[in-house]
Amino acid sequence: MCLAAPVQVKELLPDNMAKATIGGVSKIVSMALLDDVKVGDYVVLHVGYALAKIDPEEAERTLALIREAAIGGAA
Amino acid sequence: MKYIDEYRDGRLAKDIARRIGAIADPTRSYQLMEFCGGHTHAISRYGLEDLLPTNVRMIHGPGCPVCVLPIGRIDAAIALAMRPEITLCTYGDLMRVPGSNGSSLLKAKAAGADIRMVYSTLDALRIAEAEPECEVVFFAIGFETTTPPTALALKAAIAKGLGNFSIFCNHVLTPAAIQNILESPDVRKLGAIKIDGFIGPAHVSTVIGTEPYEFFAEEFGKPVVVAGFEPLDVIQAILMLVRQVNDGRHEVENQYIRAVTAIGNEKAKAEVAEVFEPCESFEWRGLGEVPYGALRLRAQYAAYDAERRFSMVIPAAKDNPGCECGAILRGVKKPADCKLFGTVCTPDTPMGSCMVSSEGACAAYWTYGRFREKAPQVDAGRAVA
Ligand code: SF4
Repeated sequence: MCLAAPVQVKELLPDNMAKATIGGVSKIVSMALLDDVKVGDYVVLHVGYALAKIDPEEAERTLALIREAAIGGAA
Repeated sequence: MKYIDEYRDGRLAKDIARRIGAIADPTRSYQLMEFCGGHTHAISRYGLEDLLPTNVRMIHGPGCPVCVLPIGRIDAAIALAMRPEITLCTYGDLMRVPGSNGSSLLKAKAAGADIRMVYSTLDALRIAEAEPECEVVFFAIGFETTTPPTALALKAAIAKGLGNFSIFCNHVLTPAAIQNILESPDVRKLGAIKIDGFIGPAHVSTVIGTEPYEFFAEEFGKPVVVAGFEPLDVIQAILMLVRQVNDGRHEVENQYIRAVTAIGNEKAKAEVAEVFEPCESFEWRGLGEVPYGALRLRAQYAAYDAERRFSMVIPAAKDNPGCECGAILRGVKKPADCKLFGTVCTPDTPMGSCMVSSEGACAAYWTYGRFREKAPQVDAGRAVA
């Protein structure tokens, strides 16, 4: 029950709410725990609240590290 | 789906597993505990254990808030829900958790109690607003991930002047429990297991950050890698742990850099600190009393604390004597060691909480692994070394 999922913010709504989508399904969720969320951002969603923003650069870096480890690199 | 699919590449996972095999020292074993049920679920679902060398073993930890909830607290919630004025709102995971004598919230609902399954605290607030004649109690449960939503809901209820909203608080704390696994005399008595490192849950750390584990890594000399829940996240974390063990390091490392920082979410932490305070002791199923293992509402919110408001009594209730949930939650046994597993106890007829929640070790084994549970087992006796 502690699982959270990455969703994309599609529209900012009043009262710190936003419309977000995951796999084509949209939900109205709360952004009250985050600052400066922009349309297009990906956030980690848990029980209706966004808990963290996903940093696209760090996500790419993680994948690069994983690929490097897979071929036997130092990552 | 972005940020999901790319972390599920099976070919890469196999390559990394091979890499782990290449660097793991064949003369020793690596016993790694994934604390969180979400990781247990991912490990079972993607068959990650089958990819690992036989001397790298995963031990399933107690990190599922539903699994560690003592039966007495379910009994108390059922008793509360049976009162005519009460509307109990709960996350779906709790509905089928067995209470004493075969009871559950689901059965209480069938018997006429007003129990509503909600996805979010936002739904519970909406019910309280729309139905002012109901006393809406939110059955709050979960780790640090789930606590900020409860705090915000309570503050929103107060701001909206909803006098009919209260909280039955069962929020538990991750670092306290990990510490307890290593040092509690109770756990030692019941058979301690050698643990060489921990995988920490990334979603909890989106809120609390990686910092709270620093003390722990230092004090106990155990490496901790905070990791995401996709299969590549988990297997990369295992590689990082094996590396640390090989190097004799015990650091806190962050695998989930895409959303976790050292300090976490300051805003969420501030909301939680405003509404909750740690309780000196809280009973965890399987771990016993965990010092500072849970949160309670601060005194100024006492009016919204369902336990006080409705003078709830938490009975001392015993687990089904055949159920090994306690030992499983401590990592001492595996689901297949339980006599009831897959016979009397299945997800349709759960005897213990580990079979109810999809993140429970028993449910994960049943769903994904019961026919190939032949990988070498962590033998509690042998592992005590
Ligand atoms: S199989 Fe069922 S009875 Fe056995 S430990 Fe798991 S939940 Fe408890």
